[in-house]
Amino acid sequence: MDQKRSSLNLFEDIDLNYKATELRLGLPGTDDEPEIKTNLSGNKRSSSEMESSTCTDENESRSAPPTKEQVVGWPPVRSYRRNIVQNGKTKTTSSSEMGSGMYVKVSMDGAPYLRKVDLKMYTSYGELMEGLQKMFKCIIGLYSEREGYNGSQHAPTYEDKDGDWMLVGDVPWEMFIGSCKRLRIMKASEARGLDDHSQ
Amino acid sequence: MAYSFPDDVLEHVFSFITSDKDRNAVSLVCKSWYEIERWCRRRIFVGNCYAVSPGIVIRRFPDVRSVELKGKPHFADFNLVPDGWGGYVYPWIAEFSRAYPWLEEIRLKRMVVSDESLELISKSFKSFRVLVLSSCEGFSTDGLAAIAANCRNLRELDLRESEIEDLSGHWLSHFPDTFTSLESINMACLGSEVSFSALECLVARSPNLKTLRLNRAVPLDKLSTLLRLAPQLVEFGTGAYSAEIRPDTYSRLAEAFSCCKKLKGLSGFWDVVPSYLPAVYSVCSRLTSLNLSYSPMRSPDITKIISQCHNLQRLWVLDYIEDVGLNALALSCKDLQELRVFPSDPYVVDANVSLTEQGLVSVCKGCPKLQSVLYFCRQMSNSALFAIARNRPNLTCFRLCIIEAQAPDYLTFEPLDAGFGAIVEHCKDLRRLSLSGFLTDRVFEYIGTHANRLEMLSIAFAGDSDLGLHHVLSGCDSLRKLEIRDCPFGDKALLANVAKLETMRSLWMSSCSVSFGACKLLSQMMPRLNVEVIDEQGYSDAEADSCLVEKLYIYRTVAGPRIDMPDFIWTMDQDRAYRLRNRPSS
Repeated sequence: MDQKRSSLNLFEDIDLNYKATELRLGLPGTDDEPEIKTNLSGNKRSSSEMESSTCTDENESRSAPPTKEQVVGWPPVRSYRRNIVQNGKTKTTSSSEMGSGMYVKVSMDGAPYLRKVDLKMYTSYGELMEGLQKMFKCIIGLYSEREGYNGSQHAPTYEDKDGDWMLVGDVPWEMFIGSCKRLRIMKASEARGLDDHSQ
Repeated sequence: MAYSFPDDVLEHVFSFITSDKDRNAVSLVCKSWYEIERWCRRRIFVGNCYAVSPGIVIRRFPDVRSVELKGKPHFADFNLVPDGWGGYVYPWIAEFSRAYPWLEEIRLKRMVVSDESLELISKSFKSFRVLVLSSCEGFSTDGLAAIAANCRNLRELDLRESEIEDLSGHWLSHFPDTFTSLESINMACLGSEVSFSALECLVARSPNLKTLRLNRAVPLDKLSTLLRLAPQLVEFGTGAYSAEIRPDTYSRLAEAFSCCKKLKGLSGFWDVVPSYLPAVYSVCSRLTSLNLSYSPMRSPDITKIISQCHNLQRLWVLDYIEDVGLNALALSCKDLQELRVFPSDPYVVDANVSLTEQGLVSVCKGCPKLQSVLYFCRQMSNSALFAIARNRPNLTCFRLCIIEAQAPDYLTFEPLDAGFGAIVEHCKDLRRLSLSGFLTDRVFEYIGTHANRLEMLSIAFAGDSDLGLHHVLSGCDSLRKLEIRDCPFGDKALLANVAKLETMRSLWMSSCSVSFGACKLLSQMMPRLNVEVIDEQGYSDAEADSCLVEKLYIYRTVAGPRIDMPDFIWTMDQDRAYRLRNRPSS
């Protein structure tokens, strides 16, 4: 457990380019993660974009075949089914490792509702933090090696494949999404225990 | 009236009427029939748990023994409904525990069930017999332990496809030694290993056991032990069907299967070692139901099995069966009524399996009793759909998923409007339809005009304009459930058909073009609908009415707006959106 942290303590800046050495889960021949879109017609927040909705939808969607992108919930296959078939060794149903979507549960201490995030929607810790902050309306801030998440009320932690609870940001992003089983946004005071543990 | 029957005679007559529809009709004849009927209704079905409240149910039907509730909308299966949406069963269980001490059966689908709820069930109902949790979530194996420990008369425990926090397999050991009434158990969705000796003893002391669906963790070499203890089994689900190849293991297993003279249903077969498959051949001729949809078995092995299943009525399988396997199915299984073909690898563009529309056409031509189809494939043509429609006018359920969204007819590059049009025109009893592929407003015109018995319709990435939705809402006389995603349908069609929405159970629309303003207007016009907007981006009253909603769920209800919504869901009401914020009870 301690080995994990110490060998990767080399990375102080979570934005380092790991591409040269990282393991990838993609299909051979595919380049970077495919573009993730939650709906075909792009952002629908303002109506002015949608004024000429029907025409642009049609053109947009026919010229950009959507299967090359990951669309939430399409094809309509239950995650339960996906897990059993995709990976012969997978037993858990809480996150799928391949295919569209990598949903993990997120809880925040004090919030009554459990949420789920799709880790494949993000390409970095920064994006993930932004997403979590929006979802739970809290401030988490950025990770720094020396101080952890000091300075904010909350610290994001995750449970990895071995069942250990780690501070988010310790390991390279790709390794993180490969081993993260669920997330928990702890109160900063509790999370300090995790930090000290490594010593 | 001088000549009416005494109440107990009427009650006796009513006891022969079991369908809800007929019961409802009986209750409308006159006041006294309403009263008699409501006191003797024993089974209720609530298709949308928010359409009515527990209090209303209990007030009307004071002595219910069997309850079935459904929670989340169907699209929750595909991650379109955010966590925290609702569907909590606890409030229902709490009220039932007070009002229905003799409750025997609870069946739940897509509901959030907590360990607390399970504990309450296990302690509140002395005659409790049946618990079915279909696609439910929110509980752990601790809750199951409570059920096992306290439900002395349990007959059926079915956890099908539920998402359970699997803390350990220890729950099974909580069934007391005196517990002998088990008839059916389905634990296939659990990952943890249960104590085999506890399982063995349980099977041994359950003489009425008819259904045993094991989980993956039960190894193949233990199956023969269980089968020998329960040769009366009617339905059996294996665990991982793989082991080192050993002649004694094989012969024990084959022998055990051959003793199961009543076996009609088989499932499981995770991790198959093909050499062990012939062990099941002796039961094939009696099988009516076969579920291989979790099995990596390939076409040659699948074909060898189904060619011997001459009495097969239901087959669930992965696309590993390929066209060649489906041809064999068409030849061998003339009693086939239901076929479901799931994709083994839905996220790659090019399939590594040779399964096309031809396989489906083959089965439709060859199996005269085929009524229900669910089929995932990568290409489809209007001509194939014509063939299906012409050959199988008796279809009642047709769900086609062409994996690439908006894929046109692969031969002509035309939309698939005509093909689906043929389906609704020829299949006059069609009750359920799921569309896919490239479709224009035209297909909805066909559907609105011809699909008079259609009760449930699923639409994705289809249509050109509001006209499409209008065709459906203004036609389809029997429509109960409509679910739509990513279609250019908006305010006009909805507002032109408001009355229709009260004749339906529910409408789901996500990533369409419906505005907040239209939702508010709809809500004003139809007070007996809950118009719920789901918007995780956040919404404030200051937002313009013209902004589009992310997701919309509209359903009829006599219970008013619900009070257990999370903060990203609003019930539209009057001139402003309001939400009542309460924590869910469990």
